[in-house]
Amino acid sequence: MRVERLGTQRNGRWLGLYVLAYLVFLYLPVLLIPLFSFNDSIQAAFPLQGFTLQWYAILYGNSALSGALLNSLVIGAIAASGATLCGITISYMDLYGRSPLAATISAIARLPILIPGVIVGISLLILVNLVGLGPSRVAIVLGHILVALPTTVVVMRSRFAAIPRTVREAALDLGASDWTTFRRVMLPLSLPAVLSAFMLAFLISFDEFIVVFFLAGTEPTLPLYIWSQLRFPRSLPTVMALGTMILAVSFIIAGTAEFLRHRGLGAVRRISASPA
Amino acid sequence: MSTLVAAQVSETRSSSGFRFAMLLPGALVTFLLILFALGLVLFLAFRGNDGSLLGSGFSLANFATVVSDPLYWTVTLRSLVIAGLVTLATVVTAYPVAYYLAFYAERRRGLLLFLVTLPFWTSYLLRVFAWKIVLAYNGVLNSALIESGIWSQPTLAFLNTPAAVVVTLAHAYAPFAILPIYVALETIPKSLIEAASDLGARPFTSFRRVVLPNSMPGVLAAALVVFVPTIGDYVTPAMVGGPASTMIGTLIQSQFGKANDWPFGAALSVCVMLVILVVVLVARGADRRYGSRT
Repeated sequence: MRVERLGTQRNGRWLGLYVLAYLVFLYLPVLLIPLFSFNDSIQAAFPLQGFTLQWYAILYGNSALSGALLNSLVIGAIAASGATLCGITISYMDLYGRSPLAATISAIARLPILIPGVIVGISLLILVNLVGLGPSRVAIVLGHILVALPTTVVVMRSRFAAIPRTVREAALDLGASDWTTFRRVMLPLSLPAVLSAFMLAFLISFDEFIVVFFLAGTEPTLPLYIWSQLRFPRSLPTVMALGTMILAVSFIIAGTAEFLRHRGLGAVRRISASPA
Repeated sequence: MSTLVAAQVSETRSSSGFRFAMLLPGALVTFLLILFALGLVLFLAFRGNDGSLLGSGFSLANFATVVSDPLYWTVTLRSLVIAGLVTLATVVTAYPVAYYLAFYAERRRGLLLFLVTLPFWTSYLLRVFAWKIVLAYNGVLNSALIESGIWSQPTLAFLNTPAAVVVTLAHAYAPFAILPIYVALETIPKSLIEAASDLGARPFTSFRRVVLPNSMPGVLAAALVVFVPTIGDYVTPAMVGGPASTMIGTLIQSQFGKANDWPFGAALSVCVMLVILVVVLVARGADRRYGSRT
């Protein structure tokens, strides 16, 4: 309906073509990685040579790689838990706490968007050295909590805001304490968003490189491992095989997170639509 | 009004234990990890390098070096130009996509939104690496051009240029730009656009005088989220930029690595934050100008 007023169908078709070209631009370079990961040549160039799985075979049983992978998984899980916990509490208190402190915390929590990764990295490097921790896995976890924080706060904030205020008020009116209301009403209602925030925070941690570069001690994360491999031309096909697997897993996690975010919104809508 | 009601309802019950527990994680993270850590950088920037963690003495020597040495001017200016070009390219190419999403996509909107944001969740390092294999001397672009007979010899002109940095970063941060613009376009009241056309504005006029100004908050937000990570980036310049595209992030990184002069690196970081602060203030000023129109 509104299409007619805003522009003609013809304009829409041209724009549609543009969006298609844009998607090709977005995906084509990324899809080269899987393409060349099956190519039987050390050179990533056309024409393609034969089909091979040898680069994947090299990955298998590589202890440096599996160490880095395990490191990334553990750090990602802990950092995502921390970032999600902070995202939940910060946005909840921002919306319902009504204290200047809660509002200040919420504002500062979204600040890392305005700080380049290199500065987040060095500021934490100075901090962890000051407290005697030094570059370590703990330092990386702290860094990743910071990097993921704006995302978890935004995801949780929009979810809590979408829950009608009357739901929380009804719980409080019926005599539930703040704890009970939070734990038994608000948290279950926002569970899909909690999962979504966790997954997105995990992905951010899993892929993060710029901050971690300063904070890693002796045990590298997966992106650091990849970075170290990129110096050797001989290992590039193997990096592409590894990259293909990372892309596949990232796509699946991001897709699931997106699905959960929408499913949750549907649940919230059903509640607000149901007769009071 | 509902805020007032909520305030009255929960005022009586909010226990201090609940408030403490709920505020604690956020307070720790924001005050300690963000404010205190950034304060340390600011502190260190005024110190001299004596090899110790927090340096010694207080002076403006680090800033004097930044201001007086032409090398830092060149690199800062180059970073600004590259980050500015990346921002411009990203926002200009993202705008039509956001426009299509807001006004034409209809049933495909959810899927398209997902498709344009998906690359953001995949490895940044891999996306930069992908451009390296596209642009390399023995790379995809050269080999494709030769295979198809357009070119007879591979060219070195693609990789290790500032242009390679701009294209790679514009690609890496593209998903960042679409969302804020889309959200801004979505919130424009449709009646406003209908009124424009009822009053006889042609589609282009109503776009230029109604839609575009009203979407400026989104455009500015998009520009910020692209500009900020771009100006501090050191991965892309290192991988596809070559020596001619050294950016300020690279200099900061080397001060904390090879050069081992943390106070000077901190001073460079403070300068970058000042640049960002200026950009934020300008953006906010522009935002206010557009905000007053509606």
